Amino acid sequence: MSTNVQDIHEDHHHTPSGLMRWITTTNHKDIGSLYLWFSLLMFFVGGFMALIIRAELFEPGLQLVVPGFFNQMTTMHALIMIFGAVMPAFVGLANWQIPIMIGAPDMALPRLNNWSFWILPFAFTMLLSTLFFDSGGPAAGWTLYPPLSLQGGNSMPFVILSIHLLGISSILGAINVIATILNMRAPGMTLMKMPIFIWTWLITAFLLIAAMPVLAGAITMLLTDRFFGTSFFTASGGGDPVMFQHIFWFFGHPEVYILILPAFGIVSTIIPAFSRKKLFGYDSMVYATASIALLSFIVWAHHMFTVGMPLAGEIFFMLTTMLIAVPTGIKVFNWVATMWRGSMTFETPMLFALAFIILFTIGGFSGLMLAMTPADFQYHDTYFVVAHFHYVLVPGAVFAIIAAVYYWLPKWTGKMYSESLGKLHFWLTTIFVNLTFFPMHFVGLAGMPRRIPDYPVQFADFNAIASVGAFGFGLSQLLFIYILYNTLKRDVTAEDKVWDGAEGLEWTLSSPPPYHSFEKAPRVE
Amino acid sequence: MSGQNSYYVPHETKLPFLTTVAIVIMFIGAANYMNGSASGMTIMLIGMLLIFAMAYVWFSEVVTESEGGIYNDQVDISFRWGMVWFIFSEVMFFAAFFGALYYARELSLPWLGGDGYKITTNIVLWPQFENVWPSNGPTNSGGDFIVMGAGGIPALNTLLLLTSGLTVTYAHHGLKEQDRRKLLVGLFLTIALGFIFVGFQAYEYMVAYNDLNLKMTSGIYGSTFYMLTGFHGFHVTLGAIMLTVIFFRCLKGHFAGDNHFGFEAVAWYWHFVDVVWLGLFVFVYWL
Repeated sequence: MSTNVQDIHEDHHHTPSGLMRWITTTNHKDIGSLYLWFSLLMFFVGGFMALIIRAELFEPGLQLVVPGFFNQMTTMHALIMIFGAVMPAFVGLANWQIPIMIGAPDMALPRLNNWSFWILPFAFTMLLSTLFFDSGGPAAGWTLYPPLSLQGGNSMPFVILSIHLLGISSILGAINVIATILNMRAPGMTLMKMPIFIWTWLITAFLLIAAMPVLAGAITMLLTDRFFGTSFFTASGGGDPVMFQHIFWFFGHPEVYILILPAFGIVSTIIPAFSRKKLFGYDSMVYATASIALLSFIVWAHHMFTVGMPLAGEIFFMLTTMLIAVPTGIKVFNWVATMWRGSMTFETPMLFALAFIILFTIGGFSGLMLAMTPADFQYHDTYFVVAHFHYVLVPGAVFAIIAAVYYWLPKWTGKMYSESLGKLHFWLTTIFVNLTFFPMHFVGLAGMPRRIPDYPVQFADFNAIASVGAFGFGLSQLLFIYILYNTLKRDVTAEDKVWDGAEGLEWTLSSPPPYHSFEKAPRVE
Repeated sequence: MSGQNSYYVPHETKLPFLTTVAIVIMFIGAANYMNGSASGMTIMLIGMLLIFAMAYVWFSEVVTESEGGIYNDQVDISFRWGMVWFIFSEVMFFAAFFGALYYARELSLPWLGGDGYKITTNIVLWPQFENVWPSNGPTNSGGDFIVMGAGGIPALNTLLLLTSGLTVTYAHHGLKEQDRRKLLVGLFLTIALGFIFVGFQAYEYMVAYNDLNLKMTSGIYGSTFYMLTGFHGFHVTLGAIMLTVIFFRCLKGHFAGDNHFGFEAVAWYWHFVDVVWLGLFVFVYWL
């Protein structure tokens, strides 16, 4: 069965222009671009909130904001960065890359694709609008733990329903990814011949479909507890606030891997390209990704070791969590072995991918420390945890996204970015990211709690350093915007095969690729 | 033009955007309603109507395209994967509430009753509380109530839904054999059984509220009871509406014996609500 594209009207000149083009598009590249631009916007909105947090924490005492607003900033920063910046960026990459990497004309369900994107701007408008309510936005943390979250103001139903919208968007997007990958591959591309990025996204999509509805269930129960008198999370009625944490983290831990598995796929694509070698162990990479995904469903309570659980539970969740180190270790050793004796060059995407390996591994090791129940009793809810998850999410997920953009931008636009500016962006970003997050390990181990706008004087120096780093990191990203603008403006065209060591179907297409990516399905040997 | 060998990529569409607008109107109305605004309910209902309207327009377009023969086998497979994973996401949605039921019965209530290492909660807060299921918690939340037994309406409802699973299969065989009478009778029976189920469920709620004093506010039992049966009833209603649409499409002569994904998708959905009901019957009513 070949996959040519059928144009029932053959009237591309009727394609609407301006805003209507973007609202009505069913094209995977248009939708991918929408996702990526939206993600970039949210990255700056969420980043701005982070800078408010860091400005307040620059020195001890309450200077800039009242504590209630500080709490709204930590809550919103997390929700926006997770659901608005990182997840849409990955979906945007999936939209651009999956069809051109598997030899398909478009995504399997194009109208659904349009729908899953256009839910996002509405959901975030609804979410952000709560900041302007008299009673303010959500302030109980992005995890929405009851009973605190049940005591919020008028924002609470708006926040929960906007999260429902985000969930709908994610589930629809994931369904589309699965249908595309399972059904639209070029003839000859068996599952075990798929590019590794496609594999990681396929597994991510399964995680999304399994996890997001559980979040929907959890927050629905919050809503009925607050407004319709149910007692799911109220001990006096026979429920338990801790039950929310269990259900939430049953979603929350797979969610963590939703934020990192596509990043693994990106790094596993870029490292071989710039080492000019094949990925060291393709099969083991696939199996490791699948193992991580399966394990993610049986480790959730490690987010709540201190909440009170039977001893058997503490031990079970400690051991399963440590097991994750095995497949993750397989991945890290795979990347290192791929580089071994390769003819390596260090263009911008490779630099970001290399920094990913080193810095993500630091985040992985602090995760192992947190996995040990008795140790976690000391670290829980301190800045050590903040350091840990920012190391896996910023130099982890975000670096991989930036690497992917540099890697595929010439393919998308047909223009080459400025290598020297890209390298400058890399060095500024990498230095400042460490300046921001590394000191958090120290203040965390010394006992500084998270989500507090004030702190004792002994934490002052490291907090000042972290705040300087955060502002440096934020400003460095303005350079990224300039690089994107500069790429589109300058007159350096990219070749079809941009990187000489790269492999895959996307490099057989022109740069930029044609409107319907593969009008005739290629044959994969 | 006639593309049996080409993948259909639809042209530009405003429908997803407008559907999103409709959902957002409904959600804003719902949020305002919960916050006690007088106009909230009206806005919510307008949003719901708009969603139905959008669904009607969107599905009409897809049905027209399908009947126009521009979907090839590969498009059909995409739809199938889409429906399968949509149903799986629904399963996980229900799993959250079944999980809550399990947690309450096996963990939180025994702990409140003084089991295990959480004995201090019992001693300090509610020393008189004993854990017996069904429970509305240590403060007798919502007042004394009578339990909804598994016999009577729930057992009858089980019979109804299981039978409707058979009748929809009977209709499917009719469709495959191009036996229109068998198809229409089977579908009609399925729809009738579905709506009778929903009617019984509504009657059961009335009995619960008026005679048994079993309410949403009846502690954890009332919470899990209404959350699980409520969402299930909502899904049965949706499924019955979907079956009705299919019924009218069959009357119009849609679907071929070897090509009827729309019918199958709805039948899968119907079996899904059937299976969820079996879980409900066992864990909510019976055990």
